Amino acid sequence: MSEVSAWSAALPAAVPERRAAPSALAVARLMLERDLRLAFRKASQLIQPLAFFVIVTTLFPLAVTPSLPELRRIAPGVVWAAALLSSLLALEFLFRDDAQDGTLEQFALSGRALTGLLVAKTAAHWLLTGLPLALMAPIAGAALGVPQAAMPGILASVGLGTVTLSLIGAVGAALTMGLRRSGALLSLLTLPLVIPVLIFGARATQLAIKGESYSAPLLLLAALAVLATTLAPLAATAAVHINLE
Amino acid sequence: MSEATLEGEKIHLWRGERHVLRGVSFRVTGGECLQLTGPNGAGKTSLLRTICGLSYPEAGAIHWRGEDVRRDLPAFHAEMAYLGHEPPLKMEFTARENLTYWIGVRRRLTRAELDQKLERVGGERWADRPVHTLSAGQKRRVALAGLLLMNVPLWLLDEPTTHLDVDGQRLVGTLLDEHLAGGGLAVAAVHHALMMSERTLRSLELGVV
Repeated sequence: MSEVSAWSAALPAAVPERRAAPSALAVARLMLERDLRLAFRKASQLIQPLAFFVIVTTLFPLAVTPSLPELRRIAPGVVWAAALLSSLLALEFLFRDDAQDGTLEQFALSGRALTGLLVAKTAAHWLLTGLPLALMAPIAGAALGVPQAAMPGILASVGLGTVTLSLIGAVGAALTMGLRRSGALLSLLTLPLVIPVLIFGARATQLAIKGESYSAPLLLLAALAVLATTLAPLAATAAVHINLE
Repeated sequence: MSEATLEGEKIHLWRGERHVLRGVSFRVTGGECLQLTGPNGAGKTSLLRTICGLSYPEAGAIHWRGEDVRRDLPAFHAEMAYLGHEPPLKMEFTARENLTYWIGVRRRLTRAELDQKLERVGGERWADRPVHTLSAGQKRRVALAGLLLMNVPLWLLDEPTTHLDVDGQRLVGTLLDEHLAGGGLAVAAVHHALMMSERTLRSLELGVV
């Protein structure tokens, strides 16, 4: 043994070093903080999906009819189709920027579980697009003649539905992150998978507007969210690994 | 755990139709730096990416401390640092923020530590400026600060002196010398000779295909 084995000799010191590694939860929080902070530095990217949602939903009364009973009838479809498309709008940037500047690669090589980091990134995406959409949906609904009693139902269904949209979208975003113009392909990949969310979301909204119990479609939305939470992060991790090669 | 050694064993790598690495073998032990030389397209970057596990070789294996790295990649990653062509930085963040998130995922950082390493690379004056306002050489220096902060035995460097002035190139040499003196090891792809002690330097020339 020569002097070259200093690193192995230094092992007793290296073990506390390992213990000094932050916990998985602390790492996820750091990642969440990073993505939120980054998003607020790029405000235009942040506002775009929400502005799109507001514009689409307000164009309908102008284009279709000003009659509130008729608008009320199409309101679930309008709100949900607009929410779906605007949530897709921001997806393109979820991993692509990090993939291009090499920061994602560094996270993949950090020795930490990549899945946890991607979940944190997806959570940040939901907080930045899903949550604002859920808060905005009742307001957009009001413009379409939706009664006030239906607001909690709309808020809950869009809030739950966008969780699934973000998670399934993350898989699509991870698969297409290496492409320069991934928008069209990303929509093509993601839209068929999120159709159930559209169906049950619109159904819950419709029942809420009619003043009937909407718990059944809402529970199905929750089930979809649970399913996506368990499976999507694993698929996204595998997709990121493929793309980093 | 055994002594810090990195071994490559008859690595073959294909990139599409090209057979880039044809049975490359090497061995680096603590206190040594292996410099990878060869013309553009010889596979220097490919070899580095294969070592970190980003690329899958068609044949051959990488051994770290005598064990195949594929058996426990996260444990291997926790002991290595890889710096690619471009510094892995967010343009919207300051140098300090970049290091906080980049290295913070690996280990807890103290402010004093961050300041010390930033000063080491000559960055104390521009540490709080957004990275997009920094020059290419300054960005490279931020990446070097990250390398120091990771505090790992194995460095994998791809063209570590790109964009650096003579002073910066000398800094890379000094940092490497100190790292090796502490028992660390390094593999570096280079075009220009590294300004470091010749005694610990070994070369591996990769051929053209």
